[in-house]
Amino acid sequence: MERLLAVSSSPHIHAAQDTRAVMGWVLIALAPAGAAGVYFLGLRALAVMAVCVVFSVLAEYVWQKGMKQQSTSGDLSAAVTGLLLAYNLPPTIPFWMAAVGSLFAIIVVKQFFGGIGFNIVNPALAGRAMMLTSWPVAMTTWTIDGVSGATPLALIKGGSAELPALCDVFIGNIGGCIGETSAIALLIGFAILLAKKIVSWHIPVVYVATVAALSAVLGRPAGPVYEIFCGGLMLGAIFMATDYTTSPMTRKGQVLFALGCGLLTTLIRTFGGYPEGVSYSILIMNLTVPLIDKLLRPRVFGEVKKHG
Amino acid sequence: MKLPTFWGGTHPPQKKEFTADKKIEQYLPLGDLVFPMAQNLGAPCKPVVKKGDAVLAGQKLGDTEAFVSAPVLSSVSGTVKEIGLKLTSSGILEESVVVENDGRYELDPSWQPLPDYEQIDPKEYVKRIRDAGIVGFGGATFPTAVKLSPPPDKAIKWVLVNAVECEPYLTCDDRLMREDPEKIVGGLRLMLRLFPDAKGVIAIENNKPEAIEIMQKTAAPYADRISVQPLAVKYPQGAEKMVIEAVTKQEYPVTALPADVGCIVLNTRTTHQIWQAIAEGKPVLTRIITVTGEAVAEPKNLEMPLGTSVRELVDFCGGFKEQPVKILSGGPMMGVTIKSIDIPVVKSTSGILALTAKTACMAAETPCIRCGRCVEACPVGLQPQLMNAFALLRDYAAFEENFGMNCIECGSCSYVCPAHRFLTPSFRDGKQTIMAMRRKAATK
Repeated sequence: MERLLAVSSSPHIHAAQDTRAVMGWVLIALAPAGAAGVYFLGLRALAVMAVCVVFSVLAEYVWQKGMKQQSTSGDLSAAVTGLLLAYNLPPTIPFWMAAVGSLFAIIVVKQFFGGIGFNIVNPALAGRAMMLTSWPVAMTTWTIDGVSGATPLALIKGGSAELPALCDVFIGNIGGCIGETSAIALLIGFAILLAKKIVSWHIPVVYVATVAALSAVLGRPAGPVYEIFCGGLMLGAIFMATDYTTSPMTRKGQVLFALGCGLLTTLIRTFGGYPEGVSYSILIMNLTVPLIDKLLRPRVFGEVKKHG
Repeated sequence: MKLPTFWGGTHPPQKKEFTADKKIEQYLPLGDLVFPMAQNLGAPCKPVVKKGDAVLAGQKLGDTEAFVSAPVLSSVSGTVKEIGLKLTSSGILEESVVVENDGRYELDPSWQPLPDYEQIDPKEYVKRIRDAGIVGFGGATFPTAVKLSPPPDKAIKWVLVNAVECEPYLTCDDRLMREDPEKIVGGLRLMLRLFPDAKGVIAIENNKPEAIEIMQKTAAPYADRISVQPLAVKYPQGAEKMVIEAVTKQEYPVTALPADVGCIVLNTRTTHQIWQAIAEGKPVLTRIITVTGEAVAEPKNLEMPLGTSVRELVDFCGGFKEQPVKILSGGPMMGVTIKSIDIPVVKSTSGILALTAKTACMAAETPCIRCGRCVEACPVGLQPQLMNAFALLRDYAAFEENFGMNCIECGSCSYVCPAHRFLTPSFRDGKQTIMAMRRKAATK
C-alpha cells in the first residue's frame, strides 16, 4: 500500500526562508538605492551594475565548474556581491575595471577561502579596496549632471566651506558612488531588511550612532547629522557591515564590531589620508570577527560565572 | 501583561487546528497487541509470562529488578500468543510479548484503589506508581517512581505539571485538560502530599485558552497550594529546563537535575495516570495520542490500549488522503520517523504524524552562511554552527569544550537554519558517540 517512508533525524519541518530567499530579500532591499543611483547619476550606473552582477555570477559558476564543485550560484549570493561592488564604484568607472573587480571579489576573496560562508573579509569591499589601490584616479572621479565635482567628504577633507545642502545629501543629489548617494533609499532598504528579519538593528544603528557621537566629540566641521548621511556610511552600515559571514554571530559581538567600525571610520575621516573610511574600517573589523566570536559567546543555560 | 518564558526559541507553525476541537475517542483494537519489553528510559524488562499463558488486563508481562525501570503490563485480557522480535518505533526488532485479545478487557482484580489514599503515608504512592508502570508520557519515558524518589537532602519546592504541549500538531494534552481536568488536579494534589513543602503549578502555553480556563476553575478550591501559570507561546517552552526557567526563574547546570533546584516536573497525562493508579486502581493500560498531519484523511485524538497497531489507528482515521513521505512517532520538532506503520503504540508514543512532501523538510544541506539564527534560537545558549563543524570533523574534545553535551536536541537551530544544516542530527550523533566513549572508558 505505501511506498518506502523517508527515515531521518528530527526536526522534520523547516522555516521557509532559505539562503536563496535571504539573498533575494537583500537584492530587493538594495533596489531603492540602485534606482536612486540611476536617477541621480544616469543610465551608465545601471550598466556598471549589470557588468558587476554578470561577471560575479559568471565567475562563481565557471570557477566552481572548473574546480568540480557543486555550483552555489543559484543561492544569489554572488549576485549580491556583484551589486554591492557596483554600488561602491563611481558611475564613470571603465567597464573592464568593474569586471576585473568582480572577478577579484568572487574568485580571490570568496572562492579561494572556501566559497560562501568561509571568506574572511567582505568580497565586495575587498574588491573595491583592490580597485582603489590599482586605479586611484578612475575610482575617485565623480561627476553629476556631466560636471566633475568632489564628494562632500572630500570637500570636508579639503577644508572647503561650501558643502552641498543637507537635504541633497539625504536624498542623494550629490556626487559619489552609485549606491551610496541616497541615504533615504538606503534607509528604505534597511526597513525591508528589518521587516523580513534578515538583519537585526544592532550593527547599523550602533555603527551610525558611534560615527555621529565621535564626529560631535571630535568637532568635525559639518556636524554629526551631516556626517552620517554622507559618504558610504549608510551603505556600509546597512549592507556591508551586516554581511553574515564576516560579522559576529552574537548580538553582543555585533555591538562591539559596530563600535569598532564607527571608531575606525571617524578616525580615518578625521586623521587619515582618505576622505572616507567606511570600507577600510569594515575590512579591518572583519578580521577581528573570529576573536570577537570567541570572546563574546552566549551564556550557556545554567552556567555560573567562574572566578579567576 | 508579558507572559513568562525563556531565552531564545522559535515559532514553528502550530498546526493544532487539525485536532484541537476533536474529542478524545476510544479505540478498541481488532488485532493482536504487541508489547515491546523496552518501553522506558533505563533498563528494559524481561518477559515474566510464557507462550500460552492466560493474562488479564493490568497483569505484568515483563519486569526487571533494575532501579530505573517500570514494568510492562498487558492492556487487554487474552492469551500470550508469542514471545519474539517485533519491529518498534525505534526502527529495530525488539523482544516483545504478543497478546491475543479476547475482547473482554477484564481487569486483574488485584488492581484496586489504594485504601484511604487521602490519608495513608504518601510513600506508598511511589510503590503504586512503579507497579502501575507509569513513566513520563511527555516522550522521554523516564520511570516516574524514580523521579519521585529524589535524594532526601533535596528540598522540593515546586511540583510542576508540564501541560505546555509546545510541539506543533499535537493536541492530546490540551484535550485531556478540557475533558478530564479533575483527575489531573487530583494527581497533582496527591503529589503535593508526597512533597508537603511544595507548591503545585500547572504550566500551560497560552495558545490553549479553554484548557487554561478549565484548569483554573478546577484548581480553584485548592488555590492555597495549586496555581495555573499561562506561558508565552514559543517553542520549546515545554522542554523541562525551559518550563522550570519560565515558572521558577531558575537555571541549573547540565550536570544537575530539576530536583537540584527544588523541582519535580510531571507531564499532564502522567499526572492524570497517577490519579487513576492511586484513586481508581487503574494502571497504565492506554495511551492518549493525536493521529494527525496533512496526509491523514480525518485527524483525531484517540485513546487506545497500549500495544495497538498503528496501522489500525491510521485506518480508523480514514487512511491517508495523500501519500505521506514521513510518518513520525511524536511531533515534528522532536519526533522520530518510523519505517512502517506495522508497529505497536508504546508508552513513548505521543502522536502519529503523517507529513506530506510539501510539509516534511527534505532539503539538502548547503554551506553555513554564519547568519547567527541558530545562536539566537538555541534556548540553552549554545553555538550550533561551531558545534556542527566540530561534530563533522569528529573533534569530540572541541565539541565537548563548546558545550555540545548541553544540547537538549529541541531542533530549534535546525528549524531556523536557512542553509538547512543538519545541526540537531549532528549533535545527537556527537553526544551519543561521546557517551559511548565514556562507557567504554568506564568499563576498562
